[in-house]
Amino acid sequence: MLAFVIRRLIGMVAVLFAVSLLVFIVFIEIPGGDPAERMAGKNPTPDNIQNIREKWGFDKPFYVQYVRMMEKAGNGLLPGPHSEYDILRSFDTRQNVVAEIKKGIPATFSLCIGAGIIWLVFGILVGVISAVKAGRWSDRAITVLALIGISMPVFWLGIVLRYFFAETRTWFPDGGYVPLSQDPAQWMYHLILPWFCLAILFIGFYGRVLRSNMLDTMNEDYVRTARAKGLQPGRVLGRHVLRNSLIPIVSLFGLDFAAVLGGGAILTETVFDLKGVGWYAAQSVGGLDLPPIMGVTLYGAFFIVVFSAAVDFAYAYLDPRIRPT
Amino acid sequence: MAEPATDLTLDSASLLAAEEHEIAIVGRSPWYLAWRRLRRNWVALVSLGVFVAIVVACALAPVYAKHLAHTGPNTVHAGETVIVSGKPKQVVGGGSHYDPKTNTFIVAAPVYLGPTWWHAHGRFVLGTDNLGRDVAVRLLYGGRNSLKVGIGSALICTLVAVLLALLAGYNGGWVDWLVSRFFDLIWAFPVFLLAIALSTALAINGFHHFGISIEPGSLWIPTLVISYVLIPYIGRPLRGQILSLREKEFVESAIGAGAGPLRVMFSDLLPNIASTVLVFFTLIIATNILTEAGLSFLGAGVRLPDPSWGNMIASGQDQIQTAPWLALIPGIAIVLTVLSLNLFGDGLRDALDPRAKVRIER
Amino acid sequence: MADRLLEVKDLKVRFATEDGVVHAVDGVDFELDRGKVLGIVGESGSGKSVTAMTLLGLTRDKNTRFEGEVEYKGENLINLPESRLRDVRGAQIAMIFQDPMTSLNPVYTVGDQIIEAINTHESIGKSAAKSRAVELLREVGIPNARARVDDYPHQFSGGMRQRAMIAMALSCNPDILIADEPTTALDVTIQAQILELLDRLRADFDSAVILITHDLGVVAEVADEILVMYAGRIVERGSKRDIFYDPQHPYTWGLLGSIPRLDRPKPKKLHSIEGTPPSLINLPQGCKFRPRCPHAFEKCFEEPELRNRVEDSGHLDRCWLSVEDKRRVRTSTIAGEERVVA
Repeated sequence: MLAFVIRRLIGMVAVLFAVSLLVFIVFIEIPGGDPAERMAGKNPTPDNIQNIREKWGFDKPFYVQYVRMMEKAGNGLLPGPHSEYDILRSFDTRQNVVAEIKKGIPATFSLCIGAGIIWLVFGILVGVISAVKAGRWSDRAITVLALIGISMPVFWLGIVLRYFFAETRTWFPDGGYVPLSQDPAQWMYHLILPWFCLAILFIGFYGRVLRSNMLDTMNEDYVRTARAKGLQPGRVLGRHVLRNSLIPIVSLFGLDFAAVLGGGAILTETVFDLKGVGWYAAQSVGGLDLPPIMGVTLYGAFFIVVFSAAVDFAYAYLDPRIRPT
Repeated sequence: MAEPATDLTLDSASLLAAEEHEIAIVGRSPWYLAWRRLRRNWVALVSLGVFVAIVVACALAPVYAKHLAHTGPNTVHAGETVIVSGKPKQVVGGGSHYDPKTNTFIVAAPVYLGPTWWHAHGRFVLGTDNLGRDVAVRLLYGGRNSLKVGIGSALICTLVAVLLALLAGYNGGWVDWLVSRFFDLIWAFPVFLLAIALSTALAINGFHHFGISIEPGSLWIPTLVISYVLIPYIGRPLRGQILSLREKEFVESAIGAGAGPLRVMFSDLLPNIASTVLVFFTLIIATNILTEAGLSFLGAGVRLPDPSWGNMIASGQDQIQTAPWLALIPGIAIVLTVLSLNLFGDGLRDALDPRAKVRIER
Repeated sequence: MADRLLEVKDLKVRFATEDGVVHAVDGVDFELDRGKVLGIVGESGSGKSVTAMTLLGLTRDKNTRFEGEVEYKGENLINLPESRLRDVRGAQIAMIFQDPMTSLNPVYTVGDQIIEAINTHESIGKSAAKSRAVELLREVGIPNARARVDDYPHQFSGGMRQRAMIAMALSCNPDILIADEPTTALDVTIQAQILELLDRLRADFDSAVILITHDLGVVAEVADEILVMYAGRIVERGSKRDIFYDPQHPYTWGLLGSIPRLDRPKPKKLHSIEGTPPSLINLPQGCKFRPRCPHAFEKCFEEPELRNRVEDSGHLDRCWLSVEDKRRVRTSTIAGEERVVA
């Protein structure tokens, strides 16, 4: 078992390395042109440009550039002021990208953890109900609602929700984020619409996946055995059908949750003015400001890779057949 | 008569009957059976009809623009007057202006012409936007772009994913390892974030490597980016399916009979994954339309002034109080298109699934 | 009169499917006494599995219709409310299925699943249930039972899994054990062991066994009475002796003839019954076996009743041929030779 864990961890590191390499290629190589000029900002002097070129190694082979870039990205994590070209800075605002990302974490985490709990709980509920009532009108109604839920662009839903519930009627605050430490009640009040908005898409999807898994599982031989043993329908459902059907949901949830935590909720954050990590990336798109986007991408990949490994471990725990003996 | 069944509806009884019964049936191809099942699903058929209607409408955008709305997607009509139900109305009226009578500058919100619903003989059927452009025309042209990107990227993505999955699944070994690592690398990023990152990087100068040259404003950029980031979405499950098919006897016997790799891949493996691919393709058009909308909304997809449903919503956002239709209508268009695709894809999946549902007794 | 446990009277089971109404079971009668083994033999589609599952109400569904009676301890199981039927399942009538790998839940230990069976009907506490589970595993011949009880199904071999299933089925001392193709998924050598186990347990527990199979060789060992089913009906019924020494139905002859024999010269090709089983939606007119029967004649367009036509009163069959004709023409079919025109 230990060997499995270690192998998996090494795999994780390897993937992170590959990820950083890809990010490097995307950001430095693809746009072409002179990266030093881009990094020098609005009114560059030839000195600045030369400075950057040396510090970041743009005149050197690409592997040197890669190492330097990773260094700079890492430097941003260190506290204290930094010199002009030693860390990853936004082209426009000249701010320390890493520090800005850190600032966005509370809002992103608040949004994602809350929405995550909601969509997991309701997704499972919806899935179980529609599976048990399969074929009846309640199942069809739920299916249609779920399909509508996954057919709406999340940003549009956010705009609609804001318009109808926070602007024309002021039942809810019109966007913005209040830190938990500042005012828990307001924190929650401001997050209700965004939670709902982000969760709807996933509830529909998870409900349908669970429904499909459950209907498949219900046809399995071991469920027939459970009935033949005389078990109550509730027990058959809970102990046999659900237990086995939920396993793939664990994997899905792990990855989806990681994705939104890692800045994937960019659209929801933007529409509701929650200044999280995703929002930070969105702000940089218009100005073609690459460093923040680069930073957020690396940050997001990190979450996915870590949660991916976590999901693998969870799977081994949940399904004895997968456990290495 | 028997007691009604428990709430847990087991298909095993009907499955058993279907199994025992299947043996005596004269062989009917699974495609025919699927088609028969699909034919009975009116919801799926209606949805397909709706989607096709939307595609046709958008394809005919120039016709609508020229003959019905008498304008173009980028033509500005601010300051003009239009006859609606007999009364003249300003396309963009109100607004801050200087009032000579009182010699003051009055600050006021502009008043935009709302949907005329054909009362202006086809002009501004869905109203005007802040620049005085015909929303209905832009909607159709925007639909063209959104659908081009959505369907185009779905085609490319599916094709590449199928090829890679076939290669990986059939060959195994290092080919499989390589393809799987390729999938893993893409899938290691939050999909949408990666799409944004790539789009932004490409928007700086376009793509001028390996002999290919794409300009920054081209529709190819969102198309290729979206195709790329979603390859693993189709590729991984397909690879898994092919790997298990590979072990089946019919493949072994084909190879034993001397069939080469291409033949095995295309004559033996491909037909068996065909139904999965078909369903995936339908559903991924929906996913891609939503992704393109999101990208365009943020400014990383189709770039203004070219319309796309996503960027129309973005521009409409600021006018939501005074002209809510600007942000709401393109969204409704997206929902209708994606929903119809999802409903049809669902029906297709049900029809192709060998474990068909059983009908109530007559 | 021996202790009569089960009496099935004119059982009919119909399913509504997309393609029409499937007459899976079309009038089946039999009785089961304590201590006896009843073998039900037939091809896929004969209705044998549906009959067995119907005894426990496992075929109940909104698309299923039942007729007839299944009398057990004074009650008709067909009409019994689901909650009462749950008390019967596992505790009084237990069932094991064909594929032990898929019939056990892979995420729970074998011990847990046996304990679940016990606790559903008796509340005896976790540790008492566990000891009983270990004891049961030992009874069915699983070595090192105390350790194995905490293993998962995928850690058992095929034969061991089936033994564990049997242990689970017997955990509450049922009167009747229904075994649906218990050996089909197993190696031939293991087959014999499992059958022997079933026979021994029947004696030890003083229960009755219904053994369902497509293989006459399987019932030859352990069955007291044999039902041969075809197209949802019983086409022949008799003691083991009757069926093997004086078979009265051409289908039975075909089944016997299909068994590869070691004591005869090897035939040029393996004998099989020509044709395929009929559609259960559109059944042929008259005798259901007529389209495939090498000895069919005009009278066969009228459905024969299941009647006793020979000396031994318990031996019934559904064939118009006279007994003398049968005894004359059957030799070649049973010997596995080419079809002979009657």
